[in-house]
Amino acid sequence: MKGANFLSLTVEERREMLEYIGVDSVEELFNDIPKDLKLQKELDLPPALSEEEALKYLRNMAGKNKNLQDCVSFLGGGVYDHFIPSIVKHVTGRSEFYTAYTPYQAEISQGVLQAIFEYQTMICQLTGMEAANASMYDGATALAEGAVMACAATRRNKVLVSQSVNPFYRKVLEGYFSTRGLLLEEVPIKEGQTAIEKLEKAVTKDIAALVVQTPNFFGLLEAGLDKAAEILHKNKALLVTAVDPLSLPLVQAPAEYGADIVVGEGQGLGNTPSFGGPLLGFFATREKLIRRMPGRVVGETVDNEGKRGFVLTLQTREQHIRRERATSNICSNQALNALAATVYMAAMGPKGMREVSEQCLKKSAYARDKITSLAGYDLAFDGTYFKEFAVKMPKDADEINSHLLKQDILGGVDLAPYYPNLKNHMLLCVTEKRTKEEIDALTAGLEGLK
Amino acid sequence: MGRPGRKGYSLPQLDVPDRSVDELLPAKMQRKAPLDMPELSEGEVIRHYTELSTRNHGVDSGFYPLGSCTMKYNPKVNEEVAGMPGFALVHPLQDQSTIQGALELLYKTEKELKEVTGMDRLTFQPVAGAHGELTGLMVIQAYHRAKGEERTKVLVPDSAHGTNPATATMAGYDVVQIPSNEQGLVDVKALKEALDEKVAALMLTNPNTLGLFEEEILEISKAVHEVGGLLYYDGANLNAIMGYARPGDMGFDVVHLNLHKTFATPHGSGGPGSGPIGVKEKLTPFLPVPLVEKDGADYYLNYELPQSIGKVHGFYGNFGVVVKAYTYLRMMGKEGLKQASADAVLNANYLMERLKKTYYLPYDRVCKHEFVLSAREQKKKGAGAGDIAKALLDYGYHPPTVYFPLIVEDALMVEPTETEGKETLDGFASTMEEIAEAINKDPEKIKSAPHTTVVGRLNEVKAAREPRLRWKRDDLK
Repeated sequence: MKGANFLSLTVEERREMLEYIGVDSVEELFNDIPKDLKLQKELDLPPALSEEEALKYLRNMAGKNKNLQDCVSFLGGGVYDHFIPSIVKHVTGRSEFYTAYTPYQAEISQGVLQAIFEYQTMICQLTGMEAANASMYDGATALAEGAVMACAATRRNKVLVSQSVNPFYRKVLEGYFSTRGLLLEEVPIKEGQTAIEKLEKAVTKDIAALVVQTPNFFGLLEAGLDKAAEILHKNKALLVTAVDPLSLPLVQAPAEYGADIVVGEGQGLGNTPSFGGPLLGFFATREKLIRRMPGRVVGETVDNEGKRGFVLTLQTREQHIRRERATSNICSNQALNALAATVYMAAMGPKGMREVSEQCLKKSAYARDKITSLAGYDLAFDGTYFKEFAVKMPKDADEINSHLLKQDILGGVDLAPYYPNLKNHMLLCVTEKRTKEEIDALTAGLEGLK
Repeated sequence: MGRPGRKGYSLPQLDVPDRSVDELLPAKMQRKAPLDMPELSEGEVIRHYTELSTRNHGVDSGFYPLGSCTMKYNPKVNEEVAGMPGFALVHPLQDQSTIQGALELLYKTEKELKEVTGMDRLTFQPVAGAHGELTGLMVIQAYHRAKGEERTKVLVPDSAHGTNPATATMAGYDVVQIPSNEQGLVDVKALKEALDEKVAALMLTNPNTLGLFEEEILEISKAVHEVGGLLYYDGANLNAIMGYARPGDMGFDVVHLNLHKTFATPHGSGGPGSGPIGVKEKLTPFLPVPLVEKDGADYYLNYELPQSIGKVHGFYGNFGVVVKAYTYLRMMGKEGLKQASADAVLNANYLMERLKKTYYLPYDRVCKHEFVLSAREQKKKGAGAGDIAKALLDYGYHPPTVYFPLIVEDALMVEPTETEGKETLDGFASTMEEIAEAINKDPEKIKSAPHTTVVGRLNEVKAAREPRLRWKRDDLK
């Protein structure tokens, strides 16, 4: 039988085992399923493929996608085409890591536990926060969990969210809030940035937090976050920020402007885009909020002989102990993606991280200048950009993108579906992987469209 | 570790005109404290993490009978496929004409899983079982709200996975616990007493966490539906019944699957997983957007679901994990899947039959893919379930799940899965017998286990009382 190569029992063994149990056939072991529930037919599934057939079939299917090697991509919006050192895949490909379960048995899971401890340390380094968890599903859910945690910590049920936060994230946040009976209120944007001047009035006694993103969805670094933090803290509310970890080697750490909960998407740290998943949510916070943090955490301790070791800790917050009183229901998360991020950061080191950050900044500035020098193309907003920027164009984004696609260029994200007043606007992303030649080709492609 | 000046990366020379950071980034926005991270060469990084990997136990390292987790062998071909550039290097916001293969894969996986579960539609957006539970309850809530009902209660058996009550609370419900009867099944009488028009759903897994099939499931589902409640299926235990029975036929309205369990995608030391949910027709309008549809030969993402709960993940879920599950499905086919369940159940019953001679078996009846022993007799002699687990580490085994389900004293929950051979089961059983014998003779030896691992028994209390969650430079002093 095909498909049998993952099974181990032989016909003879099955017979011996049935005999030992004292039944005649394996079917008897299913007699506890009531007759009218037992499936009376064979599953209607395609026939099994051999390994060679499966590889061929799936290679063919994969070939129907344009991939980021066939194309030059200027797509961002939450998932990025960053360089991944070869060693990342080799470490995460060690089966001791990827075929393990959650490290419940610490003594035989020291490898992943220590790696996660290093990950938590590096996330704290990047954000300036005092504690980080061992990974979340993605940036969007990390943001939603951060907002939920802010409500629990302040015992308030309303959160302000800036309209410049990634619309995909806001969609997830809305769902998480509506189901828990928590309230959201949007803070408008002015010139592509959170209208901080509206905060004085908006931050009332029932506000738990403000949720912002920097660089925000338009690629702009939010300018007034220290002011925002001041207003919030004065009212005993919290600042929750979503950040791009690869901006942090250059850009002010969230702790420096007063953030209380810092979240973000860590895919750019050594993880492939994979059509939007698996991604890696990171989550960091101040010491005083540690016991309210959702998800898994690894802590350092000692063994019975005083030797240093690591365990999953603060588990009394968790679903398997606290059940309905847990701080979150997170069980499986993104541990292997956190491992990839750890290896990425270890390989790049502080200098490599800074270089990636600088190249993003400088190359996107070059692209911005080049594109906005074309007639009909303008920067949507003034301000400080990191690696993405919004451009106003002479035509509909779809039309421009299909034109670029003919030259194997993946253009930008159309902003109109998320911001109806930004018709003919596109979000372009330039990472360290884009070359001058590629940026010039994009510009030439856009110029040809005038 | 490391030394300033060492370097484990290389990047191309900046090829655009160089402008200073100060010109592009106002001083106020620049980072003040430089990153304090080690500087390492590439070889040092590889050696460090390779060394760490040797301190870790995976399915490839040895037997992993962790109950309720279905730690079966993860075919290597799955990794090959998920790593293909056409799957791994695709951006989620590409034009739909450039992602037809990805959409086709989601569409076809959905089709196969609909058949396996007996459900009408699936979403792949949830990325873990617990995430699926949350999504499922959000869908149930939206369904009731659309009918103008605000239901407040979710029923959960006392043997349920901890995620079930936690999720129900996350979704804003009050949790009502339903006791198990002497056979280890849902106490139907108690269930009926708890039912009223405030019940949104009953969360159940079948086979349940004791590895037993809920034989009265049809009566249960009838009773819950009669008060307008819905049935939620926790798919953690689906591995036992593929090709034999389907949750959709049992009356379940929402099902989550753990692709990382049943469909052989690796668990990654705690993720990435994938927890798609399947629903019956009446719940389809409430699924998160987008759904994958087919129009003629073209696949597309459908966002036109006005009653949708919105989104539960930034994009479309853990696509890379779905790729692995689909590869597995295609290589197993219908016969392979059914054989997998048959062997999983046979392995569990065989091992149970052997071990019940040494350990107390609280529910002595045919099990499905897993069974729960109690170490209560051993505990009386001085070493309980936790000690037995640690002793197993010395023999190179990953222990069973311990102290769960909560309704069994000193529980040891064993799930061998279908990918293990008889020799492995026999070896494990002998070791378990040997440990029991050792407890009879000298429980202290077992209580101080493990003895051969890289670290001894770790102080979890200290870790929780004095949390050290990151390395600090002061540690060097």
